[in-house]
Amino acid sequence: MFKDFFSKKNNYVTVKNRSKKSKKSEKRDVREKNNDKLWTKCKKCNEIVFNKKLAENSMVCPKCDYHLRLSAEDRLALTIDEDSFIEFAADISSKNPLDFPEYDKKMEEAKNKTGKNEAVVTGEAKINSHEVIIAVMDFNFMGASMGSVVGEKITIAIEKAIEKNKPLIIFSAAGGARMQEGMLSLMQMAKTSAAIKKLHKNGNLFVSIITDPTSGGVTASFALLGDIIISEPGTLIAFAGPRVIKQTISKKLPDDFQSAEFLLEHGMIDKVVHRKKMKATLGDILKIHEAGVINDAQ
Amino acid sequence: MMPSNYFEFEKPLIELNKKISDLKDFMDEKGVDLTDEIITLENKADNLREEIYENLEPAQLLEIARHQERPTTRDYINRISSTFVELHGDRRFGDDLALIGGIAIVEEQPITIIGHQKGQTTNENLERNFGMAHPEGYRKAMRLMKEAEKFNRPVISLINTPGAYPGIGAEERGQAEAIATNLMEMSDLKVPIITIVIGEGGSGGALGIGLGDKIMMFEYSYYSVCSPEACAAILWKDSDEASEAAKALSLTSKDLFDLNIIDKIIKEPIGGAHKDPDQAAKILKDEILAAINELKNIDKDKLIEKRYNKFRKIGEYQRNKEKN
Repeated sequence: MFKDFFSKKNNYVTVKNRSKKSKKSEKRDVREKNNDKLWTKCKKCNEIVFNKKLAENSMVCPKCDYHLRLSAEDRLALTIDEDSFIEFAADISSKNPLDFPEYDKKMEEAKNKTGKNEAVVTGEAKINSHEVIIAVMDFNFMGASMGSVVGEKITIAIEKAIEKNKPLIIFSAAGGARMQEGMLSLMQMAKTSAAIKKLHKNGNLFVSIITDPTSGGVTASFALLGDIIISEPGTLIAFAGPRVIKQTISKKLPDDFQSAEFLLEHGMIDKVVHRKKMKATLGDILKIHEAGVINDAQ
Repeated sequence: MMPSNYFEFEKPLIELNKKISDLKDFMDEKGVDLTDEIITLENKADNLREEIYENLEPAQLLEIARHQERPTTRDYINRISSTFVELHGDRRFGDDLALIGGIAIVEEQPITIIGHQKGQTTNENLERNFGMAHPEGYRKAMRLMKEAEKFNRPVISLINTPGAYPGIGAEERGQAEAIATNLMEMSDLKVPIITIVIGEGGSGGALGIGLGDKIMMFEYSYYSVCSPEACAAILWKDSDEASEAAKALSLTSKDLFDLNIIDKIIKEPIGGAHKDPDQAAKILKDEILAAINELKNIDKDKLIEKRYNKFRKIGEYQRNKEKN
């Protein structure tokens, strides 16, 4: 199902032919509908940006530098070498183990909306010719919440990294543990963290890139356990979400609270890297790491 | 009038007990022999109590788990250990009163014990932050667990928290990092870890000291991915749906035993641990000692491997016969 996503360079732009219907109101409706697909309003500065331009600019607002959220395939396309991706465990998907109300419906909607089985894509790839194991979470799929499948796929990726002795790269995004799978979801935090411990004991490099937004159970497990932790400008990184905190303490929160920059200032992450420099930064890290591994081997 | 430590769902039982005591008074007053009637009613009361407690709704069970008088970590420590030395501080920022720990002797067995600490009065609860720990609580717990590893003492971890504290300081000092690190390090700790949920098992804040070789739950405690109130507010935009959410989340000890998330349900004295804390503590002590005996002679590498596999296999999913 992913065989064609690297060839589609501008796959956010789907411009349709203008309608030739004559009624004025219909015309306006159609125009507005088409306009949606032609341009996007920046959430931060309200600038209207052509989608084509946005895509060329790595989905970063050319005016204010706001980093828009990416789908997993767009993220992969921006990060890895062309045609280098081999997917793992694409065939596993969620059940409704607790028979949770409306879960099946929500899952179906998410699948239709994203064309994916679940909220994470994992596999083998190359970044500037360096071989890595990579996992990318997709916020469009049920807020990238972690249930059994996300936990399992992340764990498989970690175990593959150990088995093949390759660096592990995880782009996380998440609204937390998936409520609809109850404690099965919470325990994925334990499962993935235990696997990360194995990875560290085995001496693998783990670079964790936290993307907007990441909170709850994913933040409180593998995302913050990297040797190197990177984020993008303006990313929300939280344990408890800002709304919950505001409700609990009934006080105004600091302006940049829980932003990547805030975490950098508090010593929680290594770097905030602009999206356009992300691949080069990862390339540099992998180059230095590999040089060390080669020296050790000699 | 309803006595203070009774629940709404016990009302029929309270009424029946009142009837029994009225009959007894009447018998004493008038000198009429009503012994047979009283015995019948007492039997009926016993059956009713059993029936009520066997058919609790999850929302009713939550009331017991959260009861103000439910025994706390400190109550159990005092009752199960002959000697206890509390140890304080994370050596980095502060001492968290919501998560306590120390070293103790239980029937000649030295242990390290950690646990969330709630208060039983309003003042104490304010001091203890209602058992909601900050990062320094989790880091203190990890420091004590590392110390336990150094001196080869089993770790006992008692869970009783509505959740990790959601506040500004907690986020600034890395609540998520503290919990994540605990999970990672607990998975590789070279001494047995025995975890018991004694009241509330609230989400990541509970799991932050909950990765162990043996996970047990007191019968009327709960363990949940999120609070039913939060779940209802998020999913149905209505926190009044909490009792529905409590059902949907499968958070009772029985649900979690059936899902293979926990290893054992610890029976409570009838009516809940708060009705007889001494008895509850005795049951807990026996369970802890039995678990230590089971785990203490396992080779360290084997113990770690078993612990890894225990969590590795948790998850329910399917392989697709994909249509696309």
